[in-house]
Amino acid sequence: MATETHDAGQAAADMAHGAAQGGVGMPQLDFSTFPNQVFWLAVTLVVIYLVLSRVALPRIGGILAERTGTITNDLAAAEDLKAKAVEAEEAYNQALADARSEAQRIAAEARAEIQADLDDAIAKADAEIAAKTAESEKAIAEIRAGALESIQTVAKDTTAEIVGALGFQADDAAVAGAIADRMKG
Amino acid sequence: MATEAHGAEHAAETGGLVFHPMDQFIVKPLFGGDTISWYTPTNVTLWMAISILVIVGLLVMGSSRRAIVPTRMQSMAEMTYGFIHKMLEDICGKEGLKFFPYVMTLFMFIVTANFLGLVPMSFTLTSHFAVTVVLALLVFLTVTIVGFVKNGASFLGLFWVSSAPLALRPILAVIELISYFVRPVSHSIRLAGNLMAGHAVMKVFAGFAALTIVSPVSILAITAMYGLELLVAFVQAYVFTILTCVYLKDALHPSH
Repeated sequence: MATETHDAGQAAADMAHGAAQGGVGMPQLDFSTFPNQVFWLAVTLVVIYLVLSRVALPRIGGILAERTGTITNDLAAAEDLKAKAVEAEEAYNQALADARSEAQRIAAEARAEIQADLDDAIAKADAEIAAKTAESEKAIAEIRAGALESIQTVAKDTTAEIVGALGFQADDAAVAGAIADRMKG
Repeated sequence: MATEAHGAEHAAETGGLVFHPMDQFIVKPLFGGDTISWYTPTNVTLWMAISILVIVGLLVMGSSRRAIVPTRMQSMAEMTYGFIHKMLEDICGKEGLKFFPYVMTLFMFIVTANFLGLVPMSFTLTSHFAVTVVLALLVFLTVTIVGFVKNGASFLGLFWVSSAPLALRPILAVIELISYFVRPVSHSIRLAGNLMAGHAVMKVFAGFAALTIVSPVSILAITAMYGLELLVAFVQAYVFTILTCVYLKDALHPSH
């Protein structure tokens, strides 16, 4: 303390205070300030305690709980959405497969219908062709028959004429028989 | 006193050096006068008020927006909350959480006072035994009262080490009893001693800075000490709080 009082830089108030400490070097052991410190410490602790227990801690606790809740909810929602996405994909695939099989079915039906129509048309055409053929054959046969008859008639006439020209009396029956014989040949 | 005498010697040698490493701890009235009665507003009052403001600023203002995505201040408030909450729950279990506001008050006050003490020209509240003894006695009384209220006479089982051989138990009981009553002493002196020593050492180095030859060394030393003191400021608050939790555990579950 002696050096302290000798020190030129020391303020007068401090010197007075140093003297008031009664030679105690450590201000921590200056018991005259204890009631003051204890009083203000008590006030401070009570204020801090009230502020913390009434305002700060419930609020921060609430925020933390809310955040945990939000995160849990978000995770659950994400899980939900993921499940929905999988579901939607399945539904999409299902729809795609359905559409494909439907398309195949329709195509097959159309093909069958067309085939049936085609068959019908072919059958009809065949029948028509057959009818036409038969008709034509009949006509040809008629024509052929007509031609034979005409040939026979012409042959008979010609033969009669030739025979007449040769000076013979043509026997109709014999001429007819001869011609029929020749025609067979 | 030893440091001061040491400083005085140096002052005598060099003629210019002034060492007052303990002056920073003097309690002075704020508005002049030199009598300090119990209600006088002093620098203690001032720094206590600043501590309250800092704590309110961090924990109340910081969380005022109640954001789901926190701002920086809110993050700090939440981390502090989570830090003490987890410590208390890990040590004392679920039933210890009743004491959460109490433990949080102690931790916030000590950690804020420690860090504010590192502001140049400030006053370190927690370097005073008057403050730390009150804090330690609060813990001691709480633990003792809670221990007896919750467990009745079986709280005394804390001193009766049932796992030891019968012959040793009375001796152990005496040791346990002494250690129980020494707790508030070690609890308070550890905190005040650490803070006071660190701050005094910095002041001594600062005194040396007036000497041109050693001033670079002294400034480096102050820087290093300051870093160390930042660590000490946090660690001492942490130690005080974790010991409070451990003592509370004794009160809640006295069996060894």
